[in-house]
Amino acid sequence: MESLSIFIRSIFIDNMIFAYFLGMCSFLAVSKNVKTSFGLGIAVTFVLLITVPVNYLLDKYVLSAGALSWLSPAFENVSLDFLSFILFIAIIAAIVQILEMVIEKFSPSLYSSLGIFLPLIAVNCAILGACLFMQEKHFPNIGQAVSYGLGSGIGWMLAITGMAAIREKIRYSHVPKSLQGTGIAFIITGLMGIAFMSFLGITF
Amino acid sequence: MSKNSELITKPLRQANPITVLILGICSSLAVTAKLKPAIVMALSVTVVTALSNLVISLMRKGIPSKIRIIVQLIVVATLVILVDQFLKAFVYDVSKSLSVFVGLIITNCIVMGRLEAFAMAQKPWPSFLDGIGNGLGYGMILVIVAFFRELFGSGTLFGFRVIPEGLYNFGYMNNGLMILPPMALIIIGIIIWCQKPAEEKK
Repeated sequence: MESLSIFIRSIFIDNMIFAYFLGMCSFLAVSKNVKTSFGLGIAVTFVLLITVPVNYLLDKYVLSAGALSWLSPAFENVSLDFLSFILFIAIIAAIVQILEMVIEKFSPSLYSSLGIFLPLIAVNCAILGACLFMQEKHFPNIGQAVSYGLGSGIGWMLAITGMAAIREKIRYSHVPKSLQGTGIAFIITGLMGIAFMSFLGITF
Repeated sequence: MSKNSELITKPLRQANPITVLILGICSSLAVTAKLKPAIVMALSVTVVTALSNLVISLMRKGIPSKIRIIVQLIVVATLVILVDQFLKAFVYDVSKSLSVFVGLIITNCIVMGRLEAFAMAQKPWPSFLDGIGNGLGYGMILVIVAFFRELFGSGTLFGFRVIPEGLYNFGYMNNGLMILPPMALIIIGIIIWCQKPAEEKK
């Protein structure tokens, strides 16, 4: 039940884009047509689904204070917290690399449709952001970490697909000249964010 | 020498990383509800960009191009850890309010973008200046956004009351919407709107 609540919250309320602006760079650069945006959304969801639990285990059994006590009781007071940035980013980069190879081997069509986006996901703020939020939230078990990763990914996908759909339509409307392109994209994202704030009252 | 000073001034206007190149928006906007965290964030990004540009530029001949992204990430992550520890030690309350966003400097596209586009091909000193310029260009936008959000959202600047009490008695109210994250995006949209015609005129 708790996992379901985390899942719903991370899609709508703590939405990566509208509440924290994570992954904005690729969000604004790619959201020009629905199909590619959806592909990137799937890829991000996939990476989040794998990296968040892996980093959760890393945090729980290696990094956080007293986590190393399973090795020997002497490590009870050791906290490797300060290493978390560097290890998280290394894990993310490694997993993205592995995923790239696996997808290339087993599904060349998916690989070619994701194209350049896949390697770029390693430096997508949404991935590292979700991992750091996961660390801050101190989930009690791995199930909740999984649902948090999946939910954040789906929320991101929802946002980028919706944005792409709006931007496809906006080509036909009269936007002031100097606001065209990125300017209006920012404002639309802001308005969508305000719309998403109405989910704030939802509790489970 | 004028070329070097251009490295600093250009990212402030024509090549501003946020409004023109649309880089590094990710980790920045959530910290602009108040001026103080925005300034700390701007300084941290400037330090990280400048130093990572310098380090990568010094090592540029020794980095195999196949694994350069990993090398860059490691250098940036190390610098960010240093900044994070520094903030925790000296300005703990700000570091608490920035929470995960200090860590997210690692994936800030400005840092990676400058490393790829500039530091990999240039000498250390220009790279260092380029890093400072881009950090300042980014910081400038952060501070402008934070200024408006704090002024209209809370009626304060740096936590001091700016809008006089008398106005509130006449029915003036703080705009609660300004505190919410989406307003940051709308303000940036408006900044772009104002900046574009000014650039085209030149």
